[in-house]
Amino acid sequence: MHTIVSSATKTVTIGADQPFCIIGERINPTGRKIFQEQLRAGDLSALEKDVNDQVAMGATMLDVNMGAPMIDEAEMLGKAVTMIQELTDLPLCIDSSVVEALEAGLDAYKGKALVNSITAEDERMELILPLVKKYGAAIIALPNDEFEIPEEPERRLELTRYIVEQATGKYGIPIEDIVIDPLAMPIGADSQMVVRTLKTIELIRDEFGLNMTLGASNVSFGMPDRHTLNAVFLPMAMKAGLTSAIMDSRTASNVSAVRAADLMMGNDEWGANWIARHRAKEAK
Amino acid sequence: MTPDDVLKGLYDETMIGNAPAVLELTNQGLEIGMTPETILFDALIPSLEEVGARFERGDYFVPEMLIAGRAMSGALDVLRPLLVAKGVESIGTFLMGTVKGDVHDIGKNLVNIMLEGAGFQVIDIGVQVPPEKFIAAIEEHNPDIVGMSAFLTTTMPMFKANINAIEKAGLRDKVIIMVGGAPVTQEYADVCGADAYAADAATAVRRAKELIAAKRAG
Repeated sequence: MHTIVSSATKTVTIGADQPFCIIGERINPTGRKIFQEQLRAGDLSALEKDVNDQVAMGATMLDVNMGAPMIDEAEMLGKAVTMIQELTDLPLCIDSSVVEALEAGLDAYKGKALVNSITAEDERMELILPLVKKYGAAIIALPNDEFEIPEEPERRLELTRYIVEQATGKYGIPIEDIVIDPLAMPIGADSQMVVRTLKTIELIRDEFGLNMTLGASNVSFGMPDRHTLNAVFLPMAMKAGLTSAIMDSRTASNVSAVRAADLMMGNDEWGANWIARHRAKEAK
Repeated sequence: MTPDDVLKGLYDETMIGNAPAVLELTNQGLEIGMTPETILFDALIPSLEEVGARFERGDYFVPEMLIAGRAMSGALDVLRPLLVAKGVESIGTFLMGTVKGDVHDIGKNLVNIMLEGAGFQVIDIGVQVPPEKFIAAIEEHNPDIVGMSAFLTTTMPMFKANINAIEKAGLRDKVIIMVGGAPVTQEYADVCGADAYAADAATAVRRAKELIAAKRAG
């Protein structure tokens, strides 16, 4: 199954037979105090470095999130999307829990975006999926509902079924435009967290073959040496069927781990990408 | 085993999260005639305080904090009825919930464990807690502190809604209100009218103790 996203000039195909789709997570004010203050003052100048750093390190797409306290998220997301498109041709993932912000971001975007996100909650689907349909975007969906974030992989699979059924049936979203987020949680809070995520990925792959993405850095929260944990988790998740991640694309070890796994999994013919990365590093 | 051996053992074993040893030492201490207050206030609580301090310094990590909290709560299960029977009050009662519209609970649960470890009586009213449920729980449990957790920028406004409702119910002066969660900041806590914000579990415990001390000092 291929999920195709694009900017005005560039197309990216997400799929199990494709190099892994690295969605750079950096453009997000959570935990970034200075960036939050700048956003409150309407200052988007930090975006240039964030975009350039992630592009230079090999991101495939960029996530754009403007969610922080006391910020007009709709206004800032629209402006950020406009500005980022002048800085890069990478396709964007428009990320907000505010419906108006998603609409502003989609409105400012030229191409086929990935929208982050809906859940299995009817109310969220009702508000967001018509927008996704209207703008011809693809959508990330999390298998949680209004009652819980389920721990059990089988329950996450059930909610995925519900999402697929609703999105394709009721809202007319093509199945290939649904990207499931199988829910990555901190391993530090429970040693079985990653096992459950990996199992969820396998179940969804086996039943639907859908593309999947997740917030990879969540896994290492609260632990030392997060880079190593992230870099080990990603190839394991890829082997289970993950085809994309919203991740730290500014850390070389992370990106290298993903690209090495691409090669091992047969998605880098003759190692051409791997060798090209090596040459580019040597040339620096 | 002398009382000093028990205290030192409890302190050390709690710090490394050795729940079976903490439970056994607690029982041994009681057998040799130590009071539950001594065990709690001279060993368990200081140990958990040190765990919190190490976490705040970045020397301790989330799993270590969790297992220390669990080791402590195993001992508390034994001590609590004894303390209650003797009329010893807990450090304070902490009512905790994730706000309406939000089902995230990992952070909330971490804070709960650390609060219990610090000697608080924690009443967890779960996720998706609407204002009226906060109010009913305040009326029922009469907590010192109400903690509200939100993980999304879209659910954070519920802090303000809850605080307004608590005010309207005439309960605002009776409780200290603390807020937290990934997107929450000190500025936001100030704007929504909370009494305190904490960025992590260890800080939440420290702030909770400070606020209760200040309140009781009047």
